[in-house]
Parts: sequence; C-alpha cells; structure tokens
Amino acid sequence: MNCQLASDSIFYQNALYRFIYDTAGTLVPCSFSHVIAGLTIMLMLVNSVLLGAALVTWLERRLLGRLHNRIGPNRWGPFGLLQPIADLVKLITKEDLVPSGADRIIFTAVPLVMMVPLVLMTAVIPFAQDTMLADLNIGVLFILAVSSATTIGIFMAGWSSNNRYALFGAARSVAVLISYEVPVVISLLGVVMISGSMSLNDIVHAQSIPFLLVQPIALFVFVTGMSAELNRTPFDIAEAESEIIAGYHTEYSGIKFALIFATETGAMLVVSAVIATLFLGGWTGPLEDFLGWFWFLLKTLAIIFVFIWVRATYPRLRLDQIMALSWKFLLPLSLINLAITAVEVFLLRDASGHLSLADLWIMAAINIPMAILLILLMGGLFQKKINSLPVRTETPMVPGVPTIEVK
Amino acid sequence: MTVNVGPQHPSTHGVFRLRITFDGEEIVEVEPILGYLHRGSEKLAEERNYVQVVTLTDRMDYTSSMINNQAYCLAVEQLLGITPPKRGKYLRTLVAELQRIASHLIAVGFFIQELGAFGTPLMYSFRSRERILDLFEMLCGARVTVSYMRPGGVFADTPNDFWPALEAFLDDFAVEFEEMEHLLMENEILTARTRGVSPISPDLAINCSVSGPVLRASGVNWDWRKMSPYDAYDEMEFDIPIGRNGDNYDRFWVRMQEIKQSMRIVRQCIDIIEPGPVRIADLPLVLRPEVGVEAYGRVEASKGELAFYLVSDGGVAPYRCKVRAPSLINLTITEHLLVGWTLPDMIVSLGSVDINMGEVDR
Repeated sequence: MNCQLASDSIFYQNALYRFIYDTAGTLVPCSFSHVIAGLTIMLMLVNSVLLGAALVTWLERRLLGRLHNRIGPNRWGPFGLLQPIADLVKLITKEDLVPSGADRIIFTAVPLVMMVPLVLMTAVIPFAQDTMLADLNIGVLFILAVSSATTIGIFMAGWSSNNRYALFGAARSVAVLISYEVPVVISLLGVVMISGSMSLNDIVHAQSIPFLLVQPIALFVFVTGMSAELNRTPFDIAEAESEIIAGYHTEYSGIKFALIFATETGAMLVVSAVIATLFLGGWTGPLEDFLGWFWFLLKTLAIIFVFIWVRATYPRLRLDQIMALSWKFLLPLSLINLAITAVEVFLLRDASGHLSLADLWIMAAINIPMAILLILLMGGLFQKKINSLPVRTETPMVPGVPTIEVK
Repeated sequence: MTVNVGPQHPSTHGVFRLRITFDGEEIVEVEPILGYLHRGSEKLAEERNYVQVVTLTDRMDYTSSMINNQAYCLAVEQLLGITPPKRGKYLRTLVAELQRIASHLIAVGFFIQELGAFGTPLMYSFRSRERILDLFEMLCGARVTVSYMRPGGVFADTPNDFWPALEAFLDDFAVEFEEMEHLLMENEILTARTRGVSPISPDLAINCSVSGPVLRASGVNWDWRKMSPYDAYDEMEFDIPIGRNGDNYDRFWVRMQEIKQSMRIVRQCIDIIEPGPVRIADLPLVLRPEVGVEAYGRVEASKGELAFYLVSDGGVAPYRCKVRAPSLINLTITEHLLVGWTLPDMIVSLGSVDINMGEVDR
C-alpha cells in the first residue's frame, strides 16, 4: 500500500496535498489517497471560510466599535470572541420567514448560490508555501469569473423577495458589477504580464518584491473595484441601510440571513486573501517554509483592516457617481497602467521572457511616481466635473444684520 | 413603481411616511402622510394649568425641549404681562443655546449617517451631545424632557458644580467640534453628494413659509433672535450664517456654523451673568390671566420659528393653545425638495430639513 505521489502528478507541487496523500498512502490503497487528500483540504477550506467569516464579523464589529468611540461586543468569551456563535444560535432559533408572494424556490436557493462561489474561490488561493487545493493554471481568471457569480445570487434575492427595496438593491448591485468588472480585469492583466502566469502560486513565486510596489495603480484599481463588488463602503449602495433598509436581503431572516451575512463577510475575507496573494506576496516572508501561513494571514488581516477602516470613515457615493468613477476614472487608469506595464515588460524581459529582481525594482521606481502623478492628475480632472455649482440667485436681505456666508 | 418609505424606515426620523412613485430611481411623485405620532398635545394643554403645560412642550420636539419650554413660557409671560428677572433671562438664553448645539449635533450626525458614513460622525456628535445632556441633568434632574423653564423664569438656580462643568464642556467641545469640522467640511464624497442637490430658491422658501436653518441656507438672513430679540438675545453678539444655493450642503454648513455661533453666545452669557433671583418670586401657584387675552410667544428654535399662540378665558388652563411647529411647516417644501431627484438624494434632503416627528404630529 505504501504509495507516494508521483512527481509528474499535477498535485506534486502542492505541499499539503502531497503530505496528506503520502500519509494516507501508508494506510489505504493509492486510489483512495487522492479522495482523502482532496476531501481533507476541501473540508479545511470550507470550514476555515465559515469560521473565518464568523471571526471577521467579530473583528469588524469590534474595530468599528473602537473607531466609533464605543467598546463593541464584549460579553461572550474573551473580548467577545464568541459573539458570532451567540448570533448564530439566535438566528438559527428564529422563524425562517418566506414572504407571501415570494418565489419560494429561488428565494430559498439564494444563500446557497451566494455561498458556493465564495468557497470555490478559496480553492486556488495558496495559503502557505505551495499549498492550495488546486494549482489551476488559469487561477486569476477563475477567481474573477467565480467572484462575479455571487451577483447572480444577489439578483435572485432581489427578484424573488417580492419587495421593492430588495429589487432596488439587486438592480444597483448588477449595475455596479457590470461597470466594475472591466477595470478590475484590466488591472490584473499587469500582474499577469509581469509574472508570466495566471496561476496564483506562480504569481506568489514571481514576487521577489511585492507587486504592491511594482503595480501600485493596479492595486488601487483592484481594491476600489473589489470594494464595489463586495458592496463595501463607499460603494455599498446595494444594501445601503439608510436608503433601502437592507437592500437585496431585506426579507431574509433566520438562518438564511445568517448564511447571506456570512457570505458577505466571508467574501471580504477571501478577496482580502486574493489581494494579499496578488499584491502583497502571499505567503512569502521570513522563514516562509514554516511560517508561510502566518505571513499570509497577517497580510490578509491587514487588507481586512483597511476595508473596515474605510467603512468607518467614508460616506456613500450615489449610483451615478459610482458609475462615473468606474468608467471615467478607474478604467482609463487601468488602461494606462496596462500600457505602461506592457512597454516595461517588453523592454526589460530577458530572452526567456523572465524579469529579474533588478528589473522589478526599475519598474517600481517608474511606476510609483507615475501612480501618484496619474491619480492626482486624473482625480483633479474627475473632481472638476462633479463639483459644478449652480449660480446664486439674488436674495432679499434684511439690512443691518451681521451675516457670514458660505464659501 | 410606488414605494412606501416609512413609517418604519431607518432614515425617516421617526414615523414619517412618504408614498413615493419612482421612475427607476428618480422620484416623480411624493405624497407625505403624517399623523402617526399624534398625541393631541394642543388639546391636552386645554386640560392642564399654565405651569403643567410646560411638560407637554418637552415632548413636542424632544431634541430641543429647552427651546420649546422657552417659547411656551414667553407666551404665558405675554399673557400675564410679566418679565422674568435678569438671571432667569440669561439662564434661559444659555440653556437654549446649549440645546440648539445638541439639536444641531443630532441633525448633522444623522445627516452624515444618511449619506452613508456608518456611525462614526453620529457617534462623535452624540459624544458631545451627551455632555450637554449631563449639564441639563445637573440643572433639573432630567436629560431630555427637561421642563426646566417656568412662566416667569426658570424653576431653580444652578448648582455650584454646574459652572465649572460648563466651562470644561466648552473647552472640550471647541476641540471636538474643530475635529469634526476638519473631518467633514471638505470631505470629497460629502461635497460631491450634497453640493447642488435639492436647491431651494429664496423665493420658494419664503413663499412656503419655511424658517430656521432651511430658510437661511437659501440665503435669507432671517433669524428671530435678531429680528425681535427675546430673553437676553438683544445683549448678545452673534452672526447669522447664510447659504448661497439652498442646497443640502448649505443646510449642513449653516447648522455647523450655528453651532459655533451658539458657543459664542454661551460664552457671552457666562461672562455677563450675575447672581440674583431666577424666577419672579410672588407668582401664584396657579396662574390666571385675564379673560380674553391672547398671546403669541415666538422663538427661533433649532428647526425654525417655533411659536405658541395662547388664548385665555380667565381660567386656570389655556382656552386654546396653538403651536406653530417649524418641522411641520418646513415640510411644505417636500415636493420641491424631492421630485426630480433620486432615492439616495431624497433621504439626504429629508435629513437636511431636520424634521422631528414629535413636533410634526404633536
């Protein structure tokens, strides 16, 4: 029975898979080892996404509390860490309502439709050195395709709820997705060009310096676009609480709401992991052989913190402004970035098409000032269009009263 | 598509209900539906004696109960033909301005909250408002429904620890307010969302009988504290901030500036105030104005011109008590404010008018 993973297997590069396969291989026939290894990693991923989402809700509430001058949840467990579990118990015991007039089948399917793409996304993310479920050679494409599928769930929720606020939320969400997918995809092309691969693990290997420095514009566009797709502030119009109650999930209660909520925070977790992988060097760091998972987690948490920080800081944009931001600001920015990167890669690459560390530093030296310049310049242009004021009409004034006037 | 916004909606400031017809996200028709919080305060006033009615006024605009007290007491004083002693006047002016700060803080905080900033500005403004409520608690034991004023003055003098606490508050608040101003006034998203949105022209504002910050944001420098000064306002120096376009930003800006001016007035009160009686001493327990006297007590409340019209039939209770509630009358511009704008702007415009349902429905 003692079977080892063959070195020509597509899973050979995958350290965790190889370890589980080899261990299982000492006990069961080789054909079962694949099943055991695959299922084990899948189980780990699904559970870590769900548990991670629960912990992120705690982190978000706690951090928001601190940013609001409040304490935040602190009753259950140390620092309120068990709060998500208490919430879950509460939500499970609640009545599972389906509104009258709702399309029951679609309404019930929504939490599943939203949850599955989220878990699928984790399959290609390397969470420690050479460790992921599947090292797909189209990893980036897979992530982009699957992450957009969540929106189908949102639209199903809005359509089936028989609630007009939900419909508003769903329509807004789809509009935002369509316009933000374009700059997001284009921004990632630069990363793919530099690393010469779409596999996320290869991209991490290619980051001898984090792509944060080499592709600052891409990072900016990707984070902005992703916060729009995740319905995070300042783009959270799909579930804008002060406008449309809770948006597409207005009618959801009980465990369905819990799943949708977990999907939302889980999506933030997974997208942060993707950003950490693509731009911050993923699991690379000191002692990466053993501590790869630690660096990966640390970088992911840093990105999550930024998302939460932004949520506590900014007001929300209007739908037309969000559209304008995408088409007039982010899209040109990402196209310029693509052009610059293409020229740089063309000039700097060696005969085999690879870029050395020195090449990356040269690109960073060009791209960082370029990013600051472009964002300021285009931001200024974009700003002028938004702030055009109507002319003041003559007003009847009471004489002799000291007044101060708005600038 | 017709949508019922309210009476249970996170951003309608209470139980306000709007039946809105949308074309996409654009508003084509608005029908406000009022009365969910009607408690019959005006009728109840006819069953209570003149001093007891003060407690009813607390519950009208519960974010500025001090100013409601003031308006009512001014009306009763006109009925009786009395004026409160100097210290009473200063105390009234002082607490009314503190209340104006508290009320504007709520208005500004919720305004930003409705723009979508999750909680932070709201919690910051509530932090300062909390201090003001603590000061009120020192004065009269209550925080929101204060009933601090009485016809003929205020009901009790300040406790000894009030003045140091007030000084401490003013010093802290100056810093906190500057911080808030620094964070909010030039915020890119805030200006992009509010500038030029739902402008109200001065003509329209005057024709709709709008008052308060909404009128001043349209560029009309009309303030009853200047036009016909009551209590101690004739001795106070302050400016009237006015807007230019009457848009949401101007309404927000006017409130922020008025907070500053109120702080100026409070500081002047502290400097001027002298020891003395706070209420006319020989007033009877039950006030009985003469038969057939009418009075119209009018103040510049935080939301606009608040007035009490009282008619006496010689009894212990007013024969008629009519309230000119600024929140209700400011709602006259609802249609001009909302039609043609989108759902997100609608919420913000409503927030910028700063209505209070306790006062609208009474």
